[in-house]
Amino acid sequence: MSKSSFVRTAMIAPSLPPASERGVIKWLRENLFSGPFNTILTLVAIWAIYTLIKGSVPWLSNSVWNAESLRECRDIVIAQSGEEATGACWAMVRVRWNQFLFGLYEVSEYWRPTTAFALMFVALTPVLYYGLRRPATILVGVVSVLLVLALFGLGTDSGHILMMAAIMAVLTAVAWIAPKRLVIVTILFPLIAFYMLWGGSVWGPVGTFVGFAIFALVWWISQRFVGVVVAAAVGLIAAAIWWGTLQTAFTTALHTAMPIELLYIRSDDFGGFLLAFVIGITAITASLPIGILLALGRQSDMPIVKTLSVGFIEFFRGVPLITVLFAANFMLLYFLPPRTNFDLILRVIIVVIIFASAYIAEVIRGGLAALPRGQYEAADALGLDYWQAQRLIIMPQALKISIPGIVSSFIGLFKDTTLVALVGLMDPLQGVTKVVRSDTAWKGIYWEPYLFVGAIFFLVCFSMSRYSMYLENKLKTDHR
Amino acid sequence: MKKSVLLGALAATTMIAGFASAGTLDDIKARGELICGSNNGLTGFGAPDADGNYQGFDVSLCKAIAAAVFGDQSKVKYVPTTGETRFTALASGEVDVLVRNSTWTFSRDNDLKFDFVAVNYYDGQGFMVKKDLGVSSAKELDGATVCIQTGTTTELNLADFFKTNGIAYTPVTVADDAEAQRQYEAGACDAFTTDASGLASTRAAMADPTAHIILPEIISKEPLGPVVRHGDNNWGDIVRWVHFALVIAEEKGITQANLAEVIAKSEADEAADPEVKRLLGIGDNDMGVMMGLDKMWARNAIAANGNYGEIFEANIGTSTPIGLARGLNALWTQGGLQYAPPVR
Repeated sequence: MSKSSFVRTAMIAPSLPPASERGVIKWLRENLFSGPFNTILTLVAIWAIYTLIKGSVPWLSNSVWNAESLRECRDIVIAQSGEEATGACWAMVRVRWNQFLFGLYEVSEYWRPTTAFALMFVALTPVLYYGLRRPATILVGVVSVLLVLALFGLGTDSGHILMMAAIMAVLTAVAWIAPKRLVIVTILFPLIAFYMLWGGSVWGPVGTFVGFAIFALVWWISQRFVGVVVAAAVGLIAAAIWWGTLQTAFTTALHTAMPIELLYIRSDDFGGFLLAFVIGITAITASLPIGILLALGRQSDMPIVKTLSVGFIEFFRGVPLITVLFAANFMLLYFLPPRTNFDLILRVIIVVIIFASAYIAEVIRGGLAALPRGQYEAADALGLDYWQAQRLIIMPQALKISIPGIVSSFIGLFKDTTLVALVGLMDPLQGVTKVVRSDTAWKGIYWEPYLFVGAIFFLVCFSMSRYSMYLENKLKTDHR
Repeated sequence: MKKSVLLGALAATTMIAGFASAGTLDDIKARGELICGSNNGLTGFGAPDADGNYQGFDVSLCKAIAAAVFGDQSKVKYVPTTGETRFTALASGEVDVLVRNSTWTFSRDNDLKFDFVAVNYYDGQGFMVKKDLGVSSAKELDGATVCIQTGTTTELNLADFFKTNGIAYTPVTVADDAEAQRQYEAGACDAFTTDASGLASTRAAMADPTAHIILPEIISKEPLGPVVRHGDNNWGDIVRWVHFALVIAEEKGITQANLAEVIAKSEADEAADPEVKRLLGIGDNDMGVMMGLDKMWARNAIAANGNYGEIFEANIGTSTPIGLARGLNALWTQGGLQYAPPVR
């Protein structure tokens, strides 16, 4: 036997892949320079990012936070970084932040919109986490702490801080003991928010609420005899009689007996993000139910209901929001009796609701169309009537399918609230910015207000988007 | 087309029905406050300040009117209006008077059915250029790019000016004042044109005002003033004479500070200026009643923010960062155009 062997006794250590096939180079080759076209794109992108950074980083790093005017800002930047340097002047935000948030709202009353905003999260808790003790308590607790801190920050008097702390503590306790009970806050929230924001006598909102209670009561009693829809009409008439005739006497009487009131703030003083939230949230809340009804109406077999719904939806989807806003501003006044003082914000809210409802209706119709015929037939087979079938079988599924569409409509709607600047309202983006710029101290400031407002909008819209993804996952029941 | 005619007719009928019912002054008195259409943000002329209170040259006239009617300059509600919404707000009755640097033009006066009852600021369109451009007259701007706010009368004036002078230009249209300034500073246009008062305040706000000059040519007439609806002449007279009262006060040297002194002197002195006596309602003089106001109307209007000159100086004058000279807005006795008819 020869000593030489053709069989190796040990394995050769694996050699490294060629230099072009490993490590950073491989990653670059595959991801950035995989072909001539991608190479060009990469180079262009690198150039674009470089220019952006070169332009913005020195500007941001030279930011000035303490100054009384744009000129002072410029002098500080020049003193720090030389003659040619530019720097962001965030001092404007420090001086004028309150107008970006609250518009011309009475300074001593800032605690009211802030509290209303915090209560909105409490009202949302049952919607977001119905019956879930832990997340509900955490949310309400965190909001309570933030509210108290915010009230301190706004320089609210201690009496109101203590009162709000107590109320929020009770609500947190409720969230822990009986999370489902928070629904009461949700139901009452529109009236609470209205009273907190506008103020005046407490009995006005109470009187309005009694009207709604009458509506609910009449509806509940009569629906057994005449059906859901007719009962709603009867209830509405009863409520209208209350609002139209008796309510004034009721509120005046109670107000003279027990004058509880907050300082009345008129809508003209609303501005900034307060205005955006008032319009956005009202429109979001109201457009969902109206949109559902419109979507159902469009699918209805009844020709009149169907035609009206289709006409409504197609008309308002067909015109731009700006047109509708101008109509609200210009035309409505011509049709009303001369010199009726019909609040501009109210007019705008109404048209935004109408506009948003048309979009939501189409989104929900998409959800309805996606449901198999069998679901409707199953509901019929179970002997459910129309409204029961909608409530128990159709809507839960259709709404679930529509969540991404609904949320993106909401996000779009919230951003669209900035358009109200065109009819002279003080929205945060253009309205407040214009007011700030018209101050001789800040005239000429350009990017800072836009970036500030944009950041807040991003925060709000991004949260909505993340929540919708969470909700989709939570409600996912299929196995795809 | 038919539909719009119908709507227009309907609107007109409602409006006429409304105006026939009661005078604007009665409405204001019943309401307890004046509703003044104001600018939603114009430096020096009208905008809310850091505390949310409306301030400015135009706003001071609103305050003076409120003071004349109620004796209290704070009884005003300001409705911020944009360039698009201002005239509808006035026509529909949403505001009682529009004091929003609106130019008095033929078509606005006649076609829109308004009355421009006074001119509280004589403005005109001008140009601003960078000093290193080496231009000293607007006629040398051949081939220049010009930043211009779109949809304004300034846009039309600009076209007229270049056409009549036979020179070419490239317009760079921008949406608002701030953007115009931005574009101009970034070098997107050689010249920036708007009302001379706006140019002055923009220049003052620039990083280096001395690097920019305002060219001497004023290419348009822009008489700015308070506007009221057609059809209520009494109310128009009140607005007009409040403005005149402020001008006469300047002419007669009556200021916010010496008002009480002048009143005391006129009351004591038989031989004191009879026009001052009539204006301030001293003795038996009660001119205010002819307009439906009390005899204190002019006193209150002057006491609110001072006479015309004081209002000018406090808001847009040379002592402010805006630094406008009186120019055309000086009294007629000093070579300007502010001239008030006699109180007699």
